[in-house]
Amino acid sequence: MSVLTMQETIIQTNNVNVYYGEKHAVKNISMDIEKNSVTAFIGPSGCGKSTLLRSLNRMNDLVPSCRVEGSIIVDGIDINSSQVNIESLRQVVGMVFQRANPFFKSIYENIAFAPRFHGMTNKRDLDELVESSLRKAALWDEVKDRLRDSALSLSGGQQQRLCIARAIAMQPTILLLDEPASALDPISTMKIEELVMQLKDEYTIVIVTHNLHQAARISEKTAFFLMGELIEMDETGKIFTSPENEKTEAYISGRFG
Amino acid sequence: MKARLMDRAATVVLTLIAVLIIGTLVGLLGFILSQGWHKLNLDFLTSPPDIVNAGGGIGPQLFNSLYLLVLTMLIALPLGIGAGIYMAEYAPDNKITQFIRMSIEVLSSLPSIVVGLFGLLVFVNMTGWGYTLFGGALALTVFNLPLLVRVTEDALRNVPRSQKEASLALGITKWRTIVSVILPAALPGIITGAILASGRVFGEAAALLFTAGMSSPNLDFTDFSMNSTTSPLNPFRPAETLAVHIWKVNSEGLTPDARDVADGAAAVLIIAVLLFNLSARWFGNWVYKKMTSGSN
Ligand SMILES: Nc1ncnc2c1ncn2[C@@H]1O[C@H](COP(=O)(O)OP(=O)(O)OP(=O)(O)O)[C@@H](O)[C@H]1O
Ligand SMILES: [Mg+2]
Repeated sequence: MSVLTMQETIIQTNNVNVYYGEKHAVKNISMDIEKNSVTAFIGPSGCGKSTLLRSLNRMNDLVPSCRVEGSIIVDGIDINSSQVNIESLRQVVGMVFQRANPFFKSIYENIAFAPRFHGMTNKRDLDELVESSLRKAALWDEVKDRLRDSALSLSGGQQQRLCIARAIAMQPTILLLDEPASALDPISTMKIEELVMQLKDEYTIVIVTHNLHQAARISEKTAFFLMGELIEMDETGKIFTSPENEKTEAYISGRFG
Repeated sequence: MKARLMDRAATVVLTLIAVLIIGTLVGLLGFILSQGWHKLNLDFLTSPPDIVNAGGGIGPQLFNSLYLLVLTMLIALPLGIGAGIYMAEYAPDNKITQFIRMSIEVLSSLPSIVVGLFGLLVFVNMTGWGYTLFGGALALTVFNLPLLVRVTEDALRNVPRSQKEASLALGITKWRTIVSVILPAALPGIITGAILASGRVFGEAAALLFTAGMSSPNLDFTDFSMNSTTSPLNPFRPAETLAVHIWKVNSEGLTPDARDVADGAAAVLIIAVLLFNLSARWFGNWVYKKMTSGSN
């Protein structure tokens, strides 16, 4: 885990443990995530990838039985401290879920809703934001004539890109993606991968994926988890060619998982 | 082979039961409508009842029923929806919540005559108002609150969790998430529940006998002053509703056409309740379609 870089660390976790009641889902994880890079979380099902990811914007607060220990520093601030305003945190750390979850509202409103809530009330500003977000998510051309239609009338892949556009519209610093393409066809998946590659200039991206090729294609750093533990985290190239840990080796060569 | 036979038998029995239920319903509706059909004309629907002579109408009673419905819903909807939101989104999972839930269950199983007597005690005697529309509305609120709370809670809980997560993950506050994301998605269910409750209000008699009363003052439909005793809009006047009127005419009517009047009024009542139920479905579906397809 010791790679010399000039990169700036934007997320730092120190001895993070997450429990669901008695269940110890994430064990003693310390890692640094670099600014404006793509970091992939890989590992077999149930190893705690989503749990760790959801700790980064405190979505686990929604689960009553969930307890997070250790410190998570985002942009210099301990996000679990009592002074942190959770709404502001989630504006800085956006999230896209495994299953597309557009609001039961129009395409336009899906994107405009949150910025309006956060104070952008000028119609023209909102129009511009909706367009630029949809363009960044490579969806504009497909929906520009039907912005007032229900978001549910879009295909699954379009819905997921809409969710990404919705997250981008908040202009977050960090974007958390939890298996954003796992329910999509290869073409939609490719579009989302291209999108992630483009977005990394502006955002720090953490992506959970079961698709190892995808991790290899789009990420700079890869973290491999097993049963709640971080086994190895390194340059993606290194993880996929010459991992230090034999368990990592076994996983990426498909011998278990 | 045996399983096949059982399957056949079950299908036949269940079909018979369904036919029986539908047959009863259709028979009942048909009977009431055919008995009251000849009474359904504008004069009957608008003129006041006559105490001794034949030919009286049900105008004031019909108006009272509608007005009572509006009053009741004005009180019951905010309370019911508010409580439903609390139960679905805020109530912690503990003994107190269980107790509240149990209280709601008990309240919903109270016979309406008991609610009426409670209303007599509290909204009529303790307040000193006497028989009033407002007292009736409060009694009916007690009667319908459990239904509204439950419907709202269920409708909110049925909104996919992912909707809530999507909103919270964008830094939207919990309250705003409830109001702008969850509530709109739950609206069809809540509307359906509210309209069903309206049907219950419209058809209720027992809870009103001793609260809104069994008489109606001579209403002056040109006077809308809210506090004059003959104003139709005055909520602090006694108000006999259609359902109560049917009961009264049937049990102590003096006019030669008492039976006729009761039949006619019953037909009007049934049609109104049917309309409520049908519109509940239609409106709920319409709102849902609007919400999921149209602009919003
Ligand atoms: N809400 C919850 N309540 C209780 N246990 C949970 C909850 N969510 C997750 N867990 C448990 O925590 C562990 C880690 O789950 P998590 O969802 O983080 O795994 P994951 O690595 O994302 O798996 P997958 O690849 O299948 O998405 C699992 O054993 C899971 O059963
Ligand atoms: Mg997961």
